[in-house]
Amino acid sequence: MKTLLHNAVLVCPNGGERPGSLLIKGDAIAGVGTLDAPSDAVAVDCGGKLLAPAIVDLGVFAIDKPAFAAGGIVRAALMPDQSPVLDDPGIVQRAAAIGKPELWVHPLAAATRGVGGSDLAEIAILRDAGARAVATGRHAIADAGVMRKILAYAADCGMAVIAHAEDTALTAGAVATEGETATRLGLAAAPALAEALAVVRDLMLAEETGARLHFRQVTTAAAFDLIRAAKRRGVKVTCGITPAHLVLSDIAMTDFRTFAHLSPPLRGESDRQAARAAIADGTIDVLTSGHDPRGPEEKRLPFADSQPGAAGAETLLALALGLVRDELLPLDRLFALLARNPAQVLGIESGTLTQGAPADLILIDRDAPWRIDADAMRAKAGNTPFDGLPVQGKVVRTFKGGVEIAF
Amino acid sequence: MQASDHSPSAVLKGREAFPHRHLTGISGLQPHEITFLLDEAEQWVGANRAHAKSDKRLEGLTIINAFFENSTRTLLSFEIAGKRLGADVVNMHAAQSSVKKGETLIDTAMTLNAMRADVIVIRHGSSGAVQLIADKVACPVLNAGDGRHEHPTQALLDALTIRRRRGSIANQRVVICGDILHSRVARSNILALTALAAEVRVVAPTTLMPAAIERMGVTPFTDFDAALAGADVVMMLRLQNERMSGAFIPSTREYHLRYGLTPERLARAAPDALVMHPGPMNRGVEIASSVADDPARSAITEQVEMGVAVRMACLDILTRSARGVEGWA
Repeated sequence: MKTLLHNAVLVCPNGGERPGSLLIKGDAIAGVGTLDAPSDAVAVDCGGKLLAPAIVDLGVFAIDKPAFAAGGIVRAALMPDQSPVLDDPGIVQRAAAIGKPELWVHPLAAATRGVGGSDLAEIAILRDAGARAVATGRHAIADAGVMRKILAYAADCGMAVIAHAEDTALTAGAVATEGETATRLGLAAAPALAEALAVVRDLMLAEETGARLHFRQVTTAAAFDLIRAAKRRGVKVTCGITPAHLVLSDIAMTDFRTFAHLSPPLRGESDRQAARAAIADGTIDVLTSGHDPRGPEEKRLPFADSQPGAAGAETLLALALGLVRDELLPLDRLFALLARNPAQVLGIESGTLTQGAPADLILIDRDAPWRIDADAMRAKAGNTPFDGLPVQGKVVRTFKGGVEIAF
Repeated sequence: MQASDHSPSAVLKGREAFPHRHLTGISGLQPHEITFLLDEAEQWVGANRAHAKSDKRLEGLTIINAFFENSTRTLLSFEIAGKRLGADVVNMHAAQSSVKKGETLIDTAMTLNAMRADVIVIRHGSSGAVQLIADKVACPVLNAGDGRHEHPTQALLDALTIRRRRGSIANQRVVICGDILHSRVARSNILALTALAAEVRVVAPTTLMPAAIERMGVTPFTDFDAALAGADVVMMLRLQNERMSGAFIPSTREYHLRYGLTPERLARAAPDALVMHPGPMNRGVEIASSVADDPARSAITEQVEMGVAVRMACLDILTRSARGVEGWA
């Protein structure tokens, strides 16, 4: 079966932005550019909308198919701190299969057994069971010796390590970043420096071991500076961020809004500006939703007792398009952050509009206005710090392996 | 004792004078609203000193003191305040109640709400817990201390004490010394005193000083002696050992050496400087007994007295709307 998507504006991290058509044959892209319609193809008029690679979401905490489909996400790398933890081959296999056919779940193997931070998990066995990378989970590895072993062993296995970067001694008990807001609210807070301390340690260990290291979220000026310098030295490091840290500062926690309780916590305005600069200059490689739906049992609590995290899958694209409108980066590079780069971290063939690649595609009405509404979200829970925010840009059609996914 | 020279606020009347449904903190209050609360409390000071202390204006109303964190003096103060106004006062020691069985805070709040309380007074160990309950219940909520966030009636009673003893709050140099990091008393006092135009200095070792405290309009010091120069009021805070999980200070001995208020140290303040402490005191740690017990300088017992008056005023004001007091509909 062939499908020709024509009259589109093609957006590819490798091929740039241009008008054209795209031919799907089976589950792969058979052609892209200025194409004649094959006689046996079903023609779909894209009406001049954007046709882009579907989003590869690196580091989600829940498999949430309706939210992913609506958000244009067809591949989700699942964090290991699930219940049960992704530290057993059977559980990894089950996780990898659970999303099909609409969603490909790429399990991230727990770096340590039970994500306990001490004993190495069976990384090679987990890889063979379908894990695409190794992750430390919600927390950093406190012990530098353990982290060194994780990096070295994962490198042996040809897998990247996805790390959470916060010095656990400094962040113990903290729910906010030190600053005026935390002081006024009387919230236990950790210095923003806790991130840079963890980053510098892990960078040095990655440099020594030659491992591929990806920081799932980096949010502070000091840490970006360290990563920038490490990249220049040739360290195999990449980093990501969620829209929350690009759009919001710690002021969003005012009135004890638990939807703004995130991990790492929202930072001060100077760090937010540093994050935007790091998007613009290419220091940040990946934009992820950090999708972490939390119900009222976990959020309708005093701030310090609530669980961190936000449901981000449905808002990722619209907020990301805001970065293009703010002229922080061009559209084709945005899709490097949303699709190609996360696919590369995982070592999968996806994230571009190139011939032979999987036909994982989204059609986007980039100007469609809508308002983020926590109550109307398709996610398992509507815990978004962006409730009520007017945004532009919506996925109108999603294709996974050439098959359209309804949402 | 010097009576206040502050005349009751006359500009705004009724609901206009205090338009808030709850008292969850000093944050969000306008200076004239704080002054209104103090003026109202002033009237209860005299009444409490009279022989017959009872007033029946809250007769038939039910006040629930829901204390999720242990307290003796604050609970007693609220209980006396409510009873002197004629209310039925119920004390709920939530620290030993169904909360331990897994009931959420909101469940507890909804239960109290269903029991048709007319005022709920809450103390809780988590910052923001009182606001969370206030958003869920139909009756006024009064914050009796939430985590390290706010303790508004303590700040009001401190302000009333200062105003009565010093004649005014404006332009007074107030030094707050102690564990600022963990102190809700410090936060509420900073908000109230700066709103009323006092000069506020905060003193603590850096390990007990919250970040960006200067953004709250105060001057931070680590040197107590330097901060004391010319102080009109010296407010000592309790060293909250129970909140200190790490090594914030090397020892109480060293703390006393650097931050203990002794007669010699107090001599650096203004000759008539007032000494305050929210209690309970760690004698010989943050304050020397000779200072705490000096009737000419110490206002510590007067603070306790003002506490009842302030709480009576707050309970009276917060229930006026429900009681149909003229101008408060």
